Amino acid sequence: MILFVRSVAAEFAKIFTTRLWWILAIVLFCYIGLLAGGLAALFAGLQTGVISPDAVNTGGGAITFGTLPPLIYSFASSVGYVFPVLLGALASTGEFRHQTLTPTFLATPRRGVVLGAKTVTLILIGAGFGLVALAASVGIGGGVLSAFGVDALLQGSETWLLVARTLLAMGLWAAIGVGLGVLVPNQVASIVIVLAFTQFVEPLLRLAASFLEVTATIGNFLPGAASDALVGASIFTVASPAGAAPLDWWQGGLVLLGYALVATVIGYAVSWKKDVT
Amino acid sequence: MPAGAVIEFHNISKRFGGVAAVTDLSFTVEPGRVTGFLGPNGAGKTTSLRILLGLVAASSGTATFGGVRYRDLPHPLATVGAALEAASFHPGRSARDHLAVYTIAAGLSRTRVLEVLTQVGLAAHAAQRVGGYSLGMRQRLGLAYALLGDPGVLVLDEPINGLDPEGIRWIRGFLRDMAAEGRTVLVSSHLLSEVQQSVDDVVIIARGQLVHLGPLSSLDTDAAPQTIVDSPDRDALAAALTAAGITFSIGRTGLLAATPDPGLLGHLAFTAGVELSVLHRQKAGLEDSFLALVGGSQSL
Repeated sequence: MILFVRSVAAEFAKIFTTRLWWILAIVLFCYIGLLAGGLAALFAGLQTGVISPDAVNTGGGAITFGTLPPLIYSFASSVGYVFPVLLGALASTGEFRHQTLTPTFLATPRRGVVLGAKTVTLILIGAGFGLVALAASVGIGGGVLSAFGVDALLQGSETWLLVARTLLAMGLWAAIGVGLGVLVPNQVASIVIVLAFTQFVEPLLRLAASFLEVTATIGNFLPGAASDALVGASIFTVASPAGAAPLDWWQGGLVLLGYALVATVIGYAVSWKKDVT
Repeated sequence: MPAGAVIEFHNISKRFGGVAAVTDLSFTVEPGRVTGFLGPNGAGKTTSLRILLGLVAASSGTATFGGVRYRDLPHPLATVGAALEAASFHPGRSARDHLAVYTIAAGLSRTRVLEVLTQVGLAAHAAQRVGGYSLGMRQRLGLAYALLGDPGVLVLDEPINGLDPEGIRWIRGFLRDMAAEGRTVLVSSHLLSEVQQSVDDVVIIARGQLVHLGPLSSLDTDAAPQTIVDSPDRDALAAALTAAGITFSIGRTGLLAATPDPGLLGHLAFTAGVELSVLHRQKAGLEDSFLALVGGSQSL
């Protein structure tokens, strides 16, 4: 137990003694702040009639988005999730790339302990990224909504549940990153996979899956869809045609956890416990 | 004072795919002495050391410290200090932070970080990011990592590579001091001359197999003596040697005659009326014995 606690402390030190974490955190904050603030202004403007619907909608008629605040706040995870994945993947692939597995395994020869500690550490730091992303989406997005006279719902327990689930989702995404990193230890390949899958492949798959009832059910188990189910709101669920009902929040959480576990366990077998040469 | 443990390699073999990297390697390394682990590049030195440290799994055999495998040591860094290749650093992390990470992992006192950096002469560069370090500084940082736990056993892979002359002199003294304190010191090199002044014992491997084991003096043999002979009229000398049936090759400083007896050559020259400018016996040095053992000059 003491060994595990030490390993977690060492993994924290690894993250916080290089610059990557705060660079990613700053970019995350700016990106989500811009997106949440900008879209909050657009949607709230349309909803309150400050912006004429004719400017964006040639079909005419009133536009409603349901409840705006959860949609805006969920940008923290529905768009920001790529950041904890990247941090997690870089944390594990970096050990291979910089050959720091050697001093790491010399200090802690129990390799499973090291990988477990890395996963726990990244879950916590991923949740920290969740805080940063929420500061942007709730702080800036909510501020813009209030400025347009839309209730930001900051008193509602629903909002705070969404916040808590977002932290959980961001932590699990970081764990998925760690798992991907040990599954694909080549850092460049890992980053390409993260970016291609999150920014291109999965959004397309989710859109394609949503057209049929059967495929929509399968599509619910895609990691991004599971994450949105866990958080409870997403721009993607609003944008897609009505398909199968999404997973419950806890099911979404279990699916995400499943991805993280499977990637990590297979990665442990194919790279982590192999010879360090 | 940390106690030095005996390092034992017991029938270690390792195959990578179909290629045998190390074959049935057995030897022991005693505390209080510096042991040179020698062999040409690709002989299997690094693989053997990585097996010893639990980083590479042996195909068969065991390697232990005082009878305990590395991964079963209760306090690995406080028992064994190892410095392997000079590149195991995140370039964006400072030397101080690099060492701090592993003191945390091993549960050592944080004060050790500055102590070992001072010991290897890097205290002034402690806050500098390792990416800007020279090869020599990286070697020293690797050594600092090995010293973190004040271990009784040191395992150093090519620690002299990349050091400047001052650094080489420093590490030679350092190795002697460590052994004098009763620690076990195993240091690998592909050049005998690099470690010749520091080692007490040598373990020589070639092509993954043990070829020689013993004190350094055991290399001081006279296996293939030659005599160097030269003359202002080298052609006449060569003719005289050929006539007497003595084979020779042409060296930088004269003819290398395949005989241990300078008197014989002097007599030949005298009777042939050839003036001599050089005549002395060439003793085979340690390096020659070493080269003969590892199979000539290949890959050196």
